[in-house]
Amino acid sequence: MDAGLALSTVIAAMLGGAIRVTTPFLFVALGEMLTERSGRINLGLEGTLVLGAMTAYAFSYATGSPWIGVLAAGCFGFLMGTLHATICRLPGVNDIAVGIALMLFGTGIAFFFGKPYIQPTAPRLPSISLGAWTGDPRFEQALQINPLFLIGIALAIFLAWALKNTRMGLVLRVTGDSEAAARALGHPVMLIRLLATAVGGFFAGVGGAFLSLYYPGSWNEGLSSGQGLMAVALVIFARWDPIRCLYAALLFGAAGALGPALQSIGVTQGYYFFNAAPYILTLFLMIGSAGSKRALRDAPGELSLTR
Amino acid sequence: MTGMTSERRAIGLEAVKMRKVFGGLVALDDVSLKVPAGTFHALLGENGAGKSTLVKCIMGFYKPDGGQVLVDGRQSAIANPREAAEAGIGMVYQHFTLVPSLTGAENLVVSRPRGSQIIDWKTEHAALEEFLARMPFRAPLDKPVHMLSAGEKQKLEILKQLFLDQRFIILDEPTSVLTPDEADEVLGLLRGMTKRGDVTVLMITHKFREVQAFADDLTVLRKGGYAGSGKVSETSIDAMAKMMIGDTQIRERAARVAHKDAPVTLDIAGVCADADDGRAAVDGINLKIHAGEIVGIAGVSGNGQSALVEVLSGQRPMREGQLTIKGADFLPSRQSMAKYKVFGLPEEPLKNAAVPNMTVAENIAFRTFDQPPIAKLGWWLSAGPMRKRAQELIARYRVKTPSADAPIAALSGGNVQRAVLARELSSEVDVLIVANPCFGLDFASVEEIRAQIMDQRNRGAAVLLVSEDLDEILSLSDRVAVMSEGKIAYVEEIGKTDRATIGHHMAGHGH
Repeated sequence: MDAGLALSTVIAAMLGGAIRVTTPFLFVALGEMLTERSGRINLGLEGTLVLGAMTAYAFSYATGSPWIGVLAAGCFGFLMGTLHATICRLPGVNDIAVGIALMLFGTGIAFFFGKPYIQPTAPRLPSISLGAWTGDPRFEQALQINPLFLIGIALAIFLAWALKNTRMGLVLRVTGDSEAAARALGHPVMLIRLLATAVGGFFAGVGGAFLSLYYPGSWNEGLSSGQGLMAVALVIFARWDPIRCLYAALLFGAAGALGPALQSIGVTQGYYFFNAAPYILTLFLMIGSAGSKRALRDAPGELSLTR
Repeated sequence: MTGMTSERRAIGLEAVKMRKVFGGLVALDDVSLKVPAGTFHALLGENGAGKSTLVKCIMGFYKPDGGQVLVDGRQSAIANPREAAEAGIGMVYQHFTLVPSLTGAENLVVSRPRGSQIIDWKTEHAALEEFLARMPFRAPLDKPVHMLSAGEKQKLEILKQLFLDQRFIILDEPTSVLTPDEADEVLGLLRGMTKRGDVTVLMITHKFREVQAFADDLTVLRKGGYAGSGKVSETSIDAMAKMMIGDTQIRERAARVAHKDAPVTLDIAGVCADADDGRAAVDGINLKIHAGEIVGIAGVSGNGQSALVEVLSGQRPMREGQLTIKGADFLPSRQSMAKYKVFGLPEEPLKNAAVPNMTVAENIAFRTFDQPPIAKLGWWLSAGPMRKRAQELIARYRVKTPSADAPIAALSGGNVQRAVLARELSSEVDVLIVANPCFGLDFASVEEIRAQIMDQRNRGAAVLLVSEDLDEILSLSDRVAVMSEGKIAYVEEIGKTDRATIGHHMAGHGH
């Protein structure tokens, strides 16, 4: 194969793959970012993601509308977030331990209730063709974009704006940075954290819906490959900034698309190694950003991670 | 509502027979306090005298068990800080309540009780500028608060109260984090505002100098009760001190023994160390301390003093530099500290020099537990000798503890400090590193501890004293060094300098 052609094929495949793989990362990361900005870590988002994927598939199958599936996934995510925040309210409860418990709980009930939905086919989310102008079928295919990806970008921009320019955004940041200050201002700290965690759960649920209703686009027990957990690393790497969350999600997405992209031009050697790229990236980013004292400076002051 | 719609004037406040009981302890015993509108009132008292309790009852943090608060002569029931704010009473706490990651402007806007959901920054900034223009002092509004100096934060805290239209402002030890110049500036401006009748100020303090320079009236509390009050112009410092401490016996400090041509004991050469966030905290410190000398390090907190003490006591890695004791290399480890007789009284001793849940006897044995008679064969510990030694030291250093087997966390601050003192000073000392040794202690303990430090100096120890209390440094040191932004900005013999010069160097205006 011509080297130039191979390269452009890989780039096209990586671009398409990045756009596809990015979306769940983006939603979970934005959800986690929102929760952490309120001063709590929710490690249960992996469970929320899987449960969201299952619910979305089930509701899409039952109602025939994939968008109802997305909404249902978000609502179940909201409930999972509420559950996390409610348990964390109890005295002496550690948010990280609760998160791990809820991660196992979420995946557990998703597998339990999801058994009957492995076989049937549910209606998928549509995609929008944005690549006609390129005149290159490979890029046309790569630029088949799911509306959720665009919604995710809009959400990141909106959150960045809202954290700076709305009263709620400021109050959220106060709560995450100094519980004492929030109390002194008379804000209900626990309620704010509950809402932030619940809305964060909603986002993670929507991210799960993308997995089962678009890419890979079916419900099975091996659907999530740890996106929910990697999103925690991603948020630290993005230093709790929504726009940087978007960039970081694109980076993770591109790393995730590396294996399939190389396979598309016939490079099969080291397939599993390239598929592991996102995990290796996570590892290195964690080492890099854990050592980085700058990351700690930007961290919300009330996070148990930094205290 | 931007805090400037109504032109509120100063309000007066009176607390009548306030009483607060915690468990069986009477923290506040029928205390009355009268602050007329437009005056500057100082509330004096030792730690534990009930100043904070009184103020917290006024602010609605505590529900008083008796008494009432009159605002402008009318009885007011203030149930929580929010109601206090609505009545026009605001408080500036000793520990800042600004949110570190938010900018000054964001902090002001978010502190407003009401406001529109979407913030129009253009109008807000214009309104804030207009507000600042009417104020006697400014603070930067566009930088995140964690980047501001302590003085700027303190000003912003006060501006916040004025922005919220609070006309009775309570200040809790407002100058403990400021340089003398900053303190004079801020208090002077507030004094001007009270004179114009814009605000009323109630300031908790223990600095007589500030009371004399800025306050109109004063009220003194002692052990939870009312001890006296009066006009500042008619009260001498001696009278204030007498009201504060009552008839407590204060230990006389030994006279300073002159040491001639003493050799250098501790040599700190080119020491650099990083703070937790990677920035340089200690940036090339050179200091020689002679035997029988106290070198006091003054400075506003957060200029690297704590990091320097942590380096010297082995709690923080040294990036560069060298420490020598009597000419020999010194690396702060337990072994070499024992070898070179290096001892220390770090700040917050319960956190830095004790294990809270271990007993007093165990805490006192930290330096000696692996040596005979407590340890046999180097590993078998016997509790008997450990307790016996602890009981001797408890008696000698007058540590008030239920028993040697009580957890050290159960002791009061002064007694934890005495227990640590007993451990650190009971053998021969060559180098003594002391940081804010008297912070939060009562008069008697303060004098006791200062006398012990002076004794060690007179016996020939090289003492490094880090303190945020300039009076402590002025009264104990032979030489003064000022730390500013991780560097030594100034060193001078105590006889050749004064408070003002040191203050200028603390503020970084020494050159």
